[in-house]
Amino acid sequence: MKVVVSATGDNLSAHVDRRFGRCPWFLFVDTESLKCEAAVNESADAASGAGTACAQLALEKEVDAVISGQVGPNAYEVLKQGGVKIFIVPQDSSVREAIDKYKNNELKQMEMKVF
Amino acid sequence: MIISVASGKGGTGKTTIATSLALSWGEVQFLDCDVEEPNAHIFLKPHINERISVGIPVPEVDESKCNLCGKCAEVCEFNAIVVIKKKVLFFPELCHGCGGCSYICPENAIKEVDRAIGVIEKGRSGKIRFIHGILNVGEPMAPPLIRQVKKHINNSINGIIDASPGTSCPVVEAVNGSDFCLLVTEPTPFGLNDLKLAVEMLRKLTIPCGVVINCADIGDEEVERYCKDEDIPILMTIPWDRRIAEAYSKGIPLIDALPEFQNSLSQLYGKIERLYKR
Repeated sequence: MKVVVSATGDNLSAHVDRRFGRCPWFLFVDTESLKCEAAVNESADAASGAGTACAQLALEKEVDAVISGQVGPNAYEVLKQGGVKIFIVPQDSSVREAIDKYKNNELKQMEMKVF
Repeated sequence: MIISVASGKGGTGKTTIATSLALSWGEVQFLDCDVEEPNAHIFLKPHINERISVGIPVPEVDESKCNLCGKCAEVCEFNAIVVIKKKVLFFPELCHGCGGCSYICPENAIKEVDRAIGVIEKGRSGKIRFIHGILNVGEPMAPPLIRQVKKHINNSINGIIDASPGTSCPVVEAVNGSDFCLLVTEPTPFGLNDLKLAVEMLRKLTIPCGVVINCADIGDEEVERYCKDEDIPILMTIPWDRRIAEAYSKGIPLIDALPEFQNSLSQLYGKIERLYKR
């Protein structure tokens, strides 16, 4: 499976960043091989629309799931429409730990009531 | 002459000064550009005779013509339009109405439609021609409505623009183009901090300014010192007086409740005129 994780640094030892749209790094990880590609989040400082831009990036990279601490309503809408699942990391952990939890089905999926 | 009234810090007395200045000024137009929370009408009590709905242009995609090429999403500066595998998603609250997406669409699949953001009300209060904008609750962007309110300015009569607190986009939109800006402040650290930001903003816009210090006899002397150092004229000072707050709370303009201020308010106009003509 290919997942994208919001991160504070550019490798698997970095911590998961709690904020999907405003994190400094995205790590695209193949959960089987643990091959990891790091990308700077170009939208981190955007005045607005960071969520939609990052969600669009996730779709362009054709990930199966997003792993993060918090995903806002606009990003959620884009990811949901694109068929990408969102898994929430409940507390501070490294990217590597989060991926292990994901593989063991220990992470909860995010559901949001959109008005 | 068009005078804008701003402050930086909120709650310093912009509307108090702006409304009483208008009442002492005779034939004048008053534009309340604090469209998120207009309150001048509470004091001027205008009779409203015109109500105009205001909208901004937003894209509407014709899915039968759209080939999902994604050019609209590429050109959108605000990430308001997103193209995914099978459809185009649009986020109206992020859209600034620039028209870029409909312009760039190679299939002509996007047309611009109006999305209502608020209303403009016009009326009269004695000699005052009154205009204000009311932004719909939940709307994130004030400047497009402020821009429309200002389109109603009549350049052949004097005018007062009441801005919102702060120093960012809505205030810039309100004060831009005015001949002079009156900054209402208070002699406190917060007052001074935000006054400096307001002055910086006005300097970038090259709008001359002067200061009114409200509650001038309490607090410290730093605002006065700053104005002297920066060569910013202090045009009026108002002492702290419970009666002013009481009148305000009842929707009574300063000039009606405390007529002793009539002189200094009329003089204020003269001082601004001399500074503007300098």
